[in-house]
Amino acid sequence: MDTLPVTEVDTDRISWLTWLAAARAWLFLGILFVAFEVWAQLVYRTTFLFNPFNVQSIAVFAVAPLLLALGQTLVIISGGIDLSVGFTMGFAAVVFAHCVNGTLDALGVFGSLLVGIIVALVASIVPGLINGLLIARLKVPPFIGTLGMYGVARGIAFLLAGGTTVPVRNSILAGLGNGSLFGFPIIVLVTIIIVAVMHFVLLQSRYGQHVYAIGGSRQASLRAGINVERNTIVLYVLSAVCAAIGGILYTARFSAGAAQAGEPLLLDSIAAVVIGGASLFGGSGTIIGTVIGALIIAVIQYGLVFVNVEPFWQFVAVGVVIVISVLVDQSQKRLGGGKVDEE
Amino acid sequence: MRSSPILEVRDLSKRFGGVHALEKVSLDLYGGEVLALAGDNGAGKSTLIKTISGVHKPDEGIISYDGKPVTFENPQQARDHGIETIYQDLALADNLDVGANVFLGREVMKRILGLPAVDRKRMRAEAADTLKVLDIRINRLDLPLRSLSGGQRQAVAIGRAIHWKAKVLIMDEPTAALGVPEQRKVKALVRSLKQSGVGVIFISHNLVDIFEVCDRIIVLRRGIIAGERSISNTNPDEIVRLMVGG
Ligand SMILES: Nc1ncnc2c1ncn2[C@@H]1O[C@H](COP(=O)(O)OP(=O)(O)OP(=O)(O)O)[C@@H](O)[C@H]1O
Ligand SMILES: [Mg+2]
Repeated sequence: MDTLPVTEVDTDRISWLTWLAAARAWLFLGILFVAFEVWAQLVYRTTFLFNPFNVQSIAVFAVAPLLLALGQTLVIISGGIDLSVGFTMGFAAVVFAHCVNGTLDALGVFGSLLVGIIVALVASIVPGLINGLLIARLKVPPFIGTLGMYGVARGIAFLLAGGTTVPVRNSILAGLGNGSLFGFPIIVLVTIIIVAVMHFVLLQSRYGQHVYAIGGSRQASLRAGINVERNTIVLYVLSAVCAAIGGILYTARFSAGAAQAGEPLLLDSIAAVVIGGASLFGGSGTIIGTVIGALIIAVIQYGLVFVNVEPFWQFVAVGVVIVISVLVDQSQKRLGGGKVDEE
Repeated sequence: MRSSPILEVRDLSKRFGGVHALEKVSLDLYGGEVLALAGDNGAGKSTLIKTISGVHKPDEGIISYDGKPVTFENPQQARDHGIETIYQDLALADNLDVGANVFLGREVMKRILGLPAVDRKRMRAEAADTLKVLDIRINRLDLPLRSLSGGQRQAVAIGRAIHWKAKVLIMDEPTAALGVPEQRKVKALVRSLKQSGVGVIFISHNLVDIFEVCDRIIVLRRGIIAGERSISNTNPDEIVRLMVGG
C-alpha cells in the first residue's frame, strides 16, 4: 500500500495520560481545596471552601498575579520571558496615582479617574515597546532585555513616587477597588473580562496562532511570511499593558500607588504560567491553564494563612507545585506516545 | 513551447562573511519544465534557492519573474507572486498540527460572534485533501507535527507547497526522508505539475531521480555554475565529473 507507515500506539493509554496532563492543573486545584477543607474541618471545625468570603478573598488575591501572568503567558508561548512586568505594574500604579491626584481639581472624580487610566496605560506602552524593540529588532535575548527594563522601570517608578507610596485622593476610587457588582468584586469582574479577551486572542485570532508558531519555530514562521518582528513587539507591549491594568487595580484596592506593588509578583506570574502547562521553551500554554495556575498559587497563599501556618511555608508549597507540575508534563511526554526527548 | 522564462536569475552572488556561497550564478526556468540543481554538499544549491525565495537578499544580481525584475524582501512576497518552496530543513512548526502548518501565515478565518477566528476544522480538512493527492495518510490530523515520522513531516512540507497552486515550485531534496513508494508518488506529482505548466526547480543528490523527472540540469560547484546540460544530452558520469570538477 502506498501510504506512509502509521505508528501503532496504545491510544487508550495516551488518552488518559494526556487527559491527566491536560487536567493536572485542575487536579492540583481540586486537591488543594479538599486538603484545606479537611484541615479546616479537623482542626478548626469550620469550612474553608464553602465560605463565600474565602472564595471571594482568593479571587481578589489572584487578581494582580494573574494580570501579570496573562501577558506573560503569550510571551512565554512565543519562547520569550518578561522579567519587567512587576515594576511595569509598579510604574503604572504610581503614574496612575499621580495623574488622578493631579487632575482631580480640574476634572472631578470621574474625569480624573478616566485620565489616570488612559495615561497609565499609555505610559506602560513605553517599557513594553522598548522591550519589544530590543528583543525583536536588536536581537537582545528576552531574559537580558527585560532584566534591563526591570531595573529601569524599578528606578523610575521609585523616583516618580519619591521613594514612598502615593496615596490617592479620589472618593470613588476605593469604592471601585473594594466594591462589588452583582455580588462579585469589581476588580475580579474586570479581570474576568481581560481573561476572556486574552483567551480569545490567543486561541482564536490569527495573531494568537502566530504566537504559537513563533514559539514552535521562529524560522518556520519567518519562511511562512509571518511578520515575526512586529508580532514580538506587540507581545511585549501587551504584557506591559496587562501589568499596567494590574497596577491600576492595585491602586484602586489600596487607594495608593506603590512602586514596589508588583515586586513579589514577578515569580508568581511565571509560576502561574508554568503550573498552567506552558513550556519555558515556548510553543505551548493556554490562558485557562494560567488562570488555574494563578488560582492554585492564591489558594496556597490564602489557605496557609487561613489554617494558621507560618506564611513562609507558602514559598515551599508553591515551589513544590511548580516542580511536580513540570514532572507530570515530562512523564506524560515519555509515556504518552508523543515525541520523546532523546536521552 | 518556449516563450519566455517565468524566472530569470542573472549574475547572482551571495557571500556569508568570507564564504562565497554563490558567484555570478545565472539560470532560466520556463513554465512546464523541471530544472535540476545538482552539486556536492556545500555547493550552494540551498543558498541559491533561498535567495530566489526571499530568505536571503542577494549581494549582487537580478531576479526577474514573469519578465519583470523583482526583489523579495521576505518569503511572503515570493509566495504572493506564486513561488512556493519546500526547504531542505522543512521549516515546519512542530508544535502545531498539519492544518495549521499547511496554512501557516495564510490561515483560513471564520466568524465567532462576528469576530474573526481561525477555522482549524476547515484547515485540517483542506490539508487532508491535499495530502490525499500525495496518497499520504496521517492517522491523526489534530496531533502536533512533532509526533509524526520524518517522512510524514516531509509530506506535510510538500503538501504545504503544492496546496497553493504555485507557478514556480522549488523543491530542496523533497524525497530525502521518504520511502521508495512515497518517492515514486512525489516524482509522479512533479510530472503532473509539469503537465499543468508549473516550473519546478528540483534539488536532489539522487541522479536516478534527476534523470527520471528533469528536463535540464545545472551543476553547481563551490558557488559557481560548473555546467548546464539538457537531460537528453548527458549521462550520470558526465554530471558526476562536473560536480567534482574533473
Ligand atoms: N546562513 C548561512 N550562514 C553562513 N554560511 C552559510 C549559510 N548558509 C550556507 N552557508 C554556507 O554556504 C555554502 C553553501 O551552502 P548550501 O547550504 O547552499 O549548500 P548545499 O549545496 O545546499 O549543500 P547540501 O547538499 O549539503 O544541502 C556552505 O559553505 C555553507 O557553509
Ligand atoms: Mg542544501
